[in-house]
Amino acid sequence: MILYLLRRLFLLVFVFIALSILAFSLGYLFPGNTLQNFTGMTDISAELATQLTAEYRLDSGYIQQYIAYLQRIFSGDWGLSFASKQPLLQEIKILLPATLELAAYALLVSFFVGIPLGIIAAIKPEGIVSRIISALAIAGYSIPIFWWALLLIMLFSIGLGWLPTAGRIGVLYEIPHVTGFMLADILLANSQHQAEALLNALRHTLLPTLVLATFPTTVMVRFTRDSMLDVWEQSYIKTARAKGLNRAQVLYRHALRNALLPVIRQIGLQFSTLITLAMITEVIFSWPGIGRWLIDSIYQRNYPAIQAGLLVISTLVISVNMLTEILHTLFNPLARKR
Amino acid sequence: MNVSFSQIIQSAPRRRFLPLLMATVVSACQPQLPETVRSGLVYCSEGSPESFNPQLVTSGTTIDAISQQLYDRLLDIDPQSGELKPLLATQWQVNDSGTVYEFTLRPDVQFHQTEYFSPSRAFNSDDVVFTFNRIMDKSHPFHYQGGGNYPFFQSVDWANLVERVIAVNSTTVRFELSRPDSSFLSNLATDFAAILSAEYGAAVLAQGQPGRIDSHPVGTGPFRFKEYQKDVLIRYYRHKTYWRELAKPEQLVFDIVPNNARRMAKLFTHECDVVAFPRVAELGLISQRPDVDVQESTSMNVGFWAFNTAKPPFDNAKVRLALAMAINREAILQAVYFGYATAANSVLPPTSWAYNAELPQLPFDQTQAKALLAEAGYANGFSMDIWAMPVQRLYNPNALKMAEMMQADLAQIGVRATIVSYEWNSFRRKLSNNEHDSVLIGWSADNADPDNFFRPLLSCSAAQTGTNRANWCDANFDRLISQALLTSDQKQRRSYYMAAQQYLAEQMPLLSIAHSQRFQALNSDISGIDINPYGGISLATAVKDVK
Repeated sequence: MILYLLRRLFLLVFVFIALSILAFSLGYLFPGNTLQNFTGMTDISAELATQLTAEYRLDSGYIQQYIAYLQRIFSGDWGLSFASKQPLLQEIKILLPATLELAAYALLVSFFVGIPLGIIAAIKPEGIVSRIISALAIAGYSIPIFWWALLLIMLFSIGLGWLPTAGRIGVLYEIPHVTGFMLADILLANSQHQAEALLNALRHTLLPTLVLATFPTTVMVRFTRDSMLDVWEQSYIKTARAKGLNRAQVLYRHALRNALLPVIRQIGLQFSTLITLAMITEVIFSWPGIGRWLIDSIYQRNYPAIQAGLLVISTLVISVNMLTEILHTLFNPLARKR
Repeated sequence: MNVSFSQIIQSAPRRRFLPLLMATVVSACQPQLPETVRSGLVYCSEGSPESFNPQLVTSGTTIDAISQQLYDRLLDIDPQSGELKPLLATQWQVNDSGTVYEFTLRPDVQFHQTEYFSPSRAFNSDDVVFTFNRIMDKSHPFHYQGGGNYPFFQSVDWANLVERVIAVNSTTVRFELSRPDSSFLSNLATDFAAILSAEYGAAVLAQGQPGRIDSHPVGTGPFRFKEYQKDVLIRYYRHKTYWRELAKPEQLVFDIVPNNARRMAKLFTHECDVVAFPRVAELGLISQRPDVDVQESTSMNVGFWAFNTAKPPFDNAKVRLALAMAINREAILQAVYFGYATAANSVLPPTSWAYNAELPQLPFDQTQAKALLAEAGYANGFSMDIWAMPVQRLYNPNALKMAEMMQADLAQIGVRATIVSYEWNSFRRKLSNNEHDSVLIGWSADNADPDNFFRPLLSCSAAQTGTNRANWCDANFDRLISQALLTSDQKQRRSYYMAAQQYLAEQMPLLSIAHSQRFQALNSDISGIDINPYGGISLATAVKDVK
């Protein structure tokens, strides 16, 4: 097992090196001045330029430059944003939790809705319930997310007036930024109006979560269903049934554990799609996350921000991928052998 | 395995979660909101401010967000009558030659107490001197902070007009001018002439962070600055020791929503209490909703069609008159302004005190226009360009559509018009070079003084600096408007401006089309907000009705 973990870790490091080389080379590939792309400063005086060139090792070979780049990444000096002139790492630290929070809620919803629905659909594959669930899953899988979001806004926000359309919390609530996770920050804020603020934040979270959860939920439903049907055909299930266990016991003790294994792996594979969809959701609901920021940066030709944003998001996706892979292996001794 | 039901209920996680859940559910029914939220006001604005110092900016978006909320000026303009009222100056005297103004300042006016600054003294004459010296004194420590550009003050030639600002004593300030200028007091009342704190200036200088004076503002206005997140929001709190009646909202948030449709959606969901600049085309939709009101006010602006009078055939007044007569302005008012504008008969809006009500209406008469063209020697018409500005402005919400309608009108009198448009920056650059035949553009006033409509638009000096879109330099007209400035007798000034408007109607260097209204949409439980025709909005008096 330790050997396996080391192997994975080695792969992770290798992928990260590849990603950082890509991010580093963007400094050259983007139009404009390389020094500006790396530092994020737009007005660089001549003397500052010489000083920075030396600091960034731009006068030496690419290898030295790349090493200097890596050193800066690890020491937290990510350069400035063209648009706001703020340190990029600082901005990302504020924005990333918002995206993670949204993605986490969506994943939770997809677990707690998608997996039970998938199991129900698998119990009687030809039954009417199963067909309805499958039909809904196909519909949810194919609906364009931005259209779905707009439909929900039209209905629940503008039509019925129940839910807000934008942001993480009503702007009148002043919640100090501590962890970046809104619900945690509200609980930490320790004001006497916690309950109101919490309710307000939940109301803001509802629609974006629903929209973002749609796609992973349908994936969960389909995978759980297929995997259950697969497992249900296995001989050990027949054995268990023959032993006299009832349907529920077999389902819980034997079928579910085995059926959910490929589902865990699926989370990792779907995570990149989830992040992409989160960007769209963030734009539609003005959710102040890293996806919206990255898209804005692309519009503004904010090259240092694009560079840093790409590095962060791809590292995140790769890490989550690796993590689910390891979890999958942990739960499935068979996979370790391979 | 003998676990009783009550033990399960009392198990720790649930005990902590239940009250919270209950509170959440209960509070949904009973509004027990904190004061800062309950009486807080959300104003959804269309863009981020460029700075928090009104001296440095001209954009209406910035002025709306900062000027009247954070600062006070020496004088105020009464929105109804357009007359000057005391604000931080309680009274003022002018010497006989009109070159020395002495202001008595209001005592016991407090600056904001914020997280980054605690004032040790009340407002006095040092603050006034500090504020205005920053604009004109190149050795002032803050003069070059933020680029050294003071666009409004440069446009009224402030540096040459004001020779000195002197603190006579702590409550008296004297302005010495190089020449009389009857628009001087009006300029002091504009939103740009906000009073800064000299003590705060010294403090940020001592900290070695002079830039903070414009990014972390301290003023005497009804609200104090709390936080600003670029492109997200601006948060203000009530200034608790404000010298006038305290601001009604405890908290004021400017929610920055550049997208028109999104701003509208936020109004309907009551995430915004007040929305700036709803699209004119959507006003019908808004007025159908019972929970939302629309406010309007005639704003001091004019949309016009300017001819390049230096280019033939537009150097001939007859041609200009003929073209003007051929345009169906009534149809334009309906199609472009959706009826939400007043037909213009002069560059001055009818609400100005110098408006010439006796000016004859310019007829819409294409036969007479043809006759005039023939008289001028263009019986068979000619070809010309109409430049239509590519952006939407209050005074002209859709210049391209307007140009298309005019194109059709002009075809009736045999003039073949081509519509030209460029990207906004190159459009303005090419206009300043006078490359156009004619252009659809307009002007929004900064203050109530009529001079603001004449000198920057049609004077010879404006033609030199490239802001005179008609490229018109006429000695008679220039004499009229400069004489009007030299006297402070309003009756006499009015007679000069009346004559100037009469002269413009005959010469027609530009055809005034409309004075458009300014709109804002707000939730019907908000009251106490008026649109100020002369400048930024003030939200200190806004009251939210809590049901």
